[in-house]
Amino acid sequence: MRSGPEAPVEEPRTSSEPGAGAAVEIVGLAHAFGALEVIDGLGLRAGAGEVVGLVGPSGCGKSTLLELVAGLLEPTGGAIRVDGDPSAAGRLARCAYMPQRDLLLPWLTAIDNAGLAPRSRGASRAASRAAAAPLFERFGLAGFEASRPAQLSGGMRQRVAFLRTLLAGKPVLLLDEPFAALDAITRAQMQEWLAVALAAGERTVLLVTHDVEEALYLCDRVVLLTPRPGAPVAELGSPSPRRSPRSAVVADPAFVALRAEALAALERGAR
Amino acid sequence: MRRWLPPVAVIAAAIGLWELAARWDLIAEALQIQPFLVPAPSDVAEALWRDRELLADNAWVTGQEVVLGFALALVAGIAFAVILHLSNLLRRSFYPLLMASQTVPVIAIAPILVVWLGYGLGPKLVIIALVCFFPITVNTLDGLRSVDPELPRMMRTLDAGRGQVLRRVELPSALPFLFSGAKIAAVVSVIGAVFGEWSGANQGLGHLILVAQGQVLTDRVFAAVFVLSTIAIAMFGLLSLLERRLAWWRPGPDPTRQPR
Repeated sequence: MRSGPEAPVEEPRTSSEPGAGAAVEIVGLAHAFGALEVIDGLGLRAGAGEVVGLVGPSGCGKSTLLELVAGLLEPTGGAIRVDGDPSAAGRLARCAYMPQRDLLLPWLTAIDNAGLAPRSRGASRAASRAAAAPLFERFGLAGFEASRPAQLSGGMRQRVAFLRTLLAGKPVLLLDEPFAALDAITRAQMQEWLAVALAAGERTVLLVTHDVEEALYLCDRVVLLTPRPGAPVAELGSPSPRRSPRSAVVADPAFVALRAEALAALERGAR
Repeated sequence: MRRWLPPVAVIAAAIGLWELAARWDLIAEALQIQPFLVPAPSDVAEALWRDRELLADNAWVTGQEVVLGFALALVAGIAFAVILHLSNLLRRSFYPLLMASQTVPVIAIAPILVVWLGYGLGPKLVIIALVCFFPITVNTLDGLRSVDPELPRMMRTLDAGRGQVLRRVELPSALPFLFSGAKIAAVVSVIGAVFGEWSGANQGLGHLILVAQGQVLTDRVFAAVFVLSTIAIAMFGLLSLLERRLAWWRPGPDPTRQPR
C-alpha cells in the first residue's frame, strides 16, 4: 500500500502537516560494521500513519536500524523502501530523525533551534521563527521561545528537539529513545505529551526504545527484537495506544498482561 | 576588584624588588649592576614620559603593522582551516607544510623578505602574519574537527547541505577555539613586528629599540618594550571581550553525550 500524493523528492516539504505519512517497508535487512553483524534478516512494515514501536535489549541494532531507514547509512543487505523509494537520498528526503540526545545548538534560542530545518533550506530567520511559533503554542512551550537550551529542563529540551524534527516536515518520524535520558516522572509526562502530539496520525512513526511499557503505551504495534544481530521475535498489537490518562492505561489488566507477554518474549529471544 | 588584586600585587612586588636592586648601592655593587645595563623602573618611567612623543609616533606605526598583519593572518588562517577541514586530501597534503611554516626561524628569513618586498609595510605584514597564522589555523581546524559527529548527521536529516552544516554548526562550534588561537597570535604578533622592523625599517618601536641599543639608551629600550607589551595586552584584552560577547557558551563535549 503506497500512500497518496506525497511531495516529490526534489521539493522537500516545508509544511509541518504532511498528511497521512508514508509507508515504510523493510525486507530482509542486514547490516554489519566490518565483521560485526548488527542486524540480520529483519523484515518490517509500517503503514502510512501507523506508529510502530521497536523494542529490544541494548546492542540489538535499534539505533543503527533508524539510521538505515533515515538514509544516513546504506544497508549491507536487504532493502528499505520509504513511500516505495529504496534510495538513500529518497529516504533522507522523507524521514525526520530524532536522535537519543537532544543535540540542541547551545548558541541558538529554543525557537531558532526548532526552526533549524527551514533555516537550513534557505528560509529567513523571521520565516523560520514564524513556522516554529505556532508549534511552541501548541506543544506547551509558549513563553520559552527566546530561552537558550542551557536554561531549559531536560524534558523541555527534548520537546524542542521534537519540534525541530516535526518542522523538518517529513512524512516519517524516526524517534530513537527520545526520553531515555529523563527521570521517571518527567518521562511519564513526556510520554503523555508525545501521545497527544502523535494523536493526529499525520505521520508514520518508528519509535525505538528499550522500555516495553513506553512502546505499548505509545504505539499501535510493537515489534520485539533479539539481541545482536537484531531480528524480530514477536509482534504485539497495543490494546489502547496513546489514550489519556497514562496512569489508567498502564494499570489496565489487559495492558499489564501484554507487558508481561512482551517481557517473556524478549527473554525467550535473548536465550 | 578582588580579581585584579593578585596580578597587581605580583607586578608591584617585582617592580619594587627591581627598583631596590638597581637603586640600593650595596646590592647594585654586589651584583655589579650598571645603570646603563639595568635601568631602574623609575628610570624607565622617566624615559616613558621624556620620550612620550617619540614613543607614541613609533607605537602608531608598529600598532598599524600589528593590527594589519594580525587581520591578514586571521582571514588567511580561517580560510585555510576551512579548506583543510572540507578536504581530507588537502588536509593530509598540507598539514605537514603548515607545521613546517611554524618551524621557520622568522628572524632568519626576515632580511630576505625585505629584499623581496622592499622597505615598506609589506615585509612586516608578511612576517607578523607568518607568526600569527599557525596558532589561528591550527586552533580553528581543531575546533572544526572536534564538532560532535552526530550534529552534522542530524543536520543532514534536516535537509542541510555541506555549506549549511559548515555555517550553522561547524563554524559556530569552532568559534571558541578560534578565539584561543587568536589570543595567542595577538600576543606573539608584536614579536613578529620587532623582527620585521629589525630587518629593515626607519620607524616603529622595533626600529627605535635597535637605535636606542646602539646609543646605549637602555631606559629607552625598556620604555619601548613596555609600550610593545601594552599593545599586545590591549589586543589580548579586546579579543577576550569579543570572545565573551560572541562565544559565551561553554565549549567542549556535551555532558549528556553518552558512548554509543
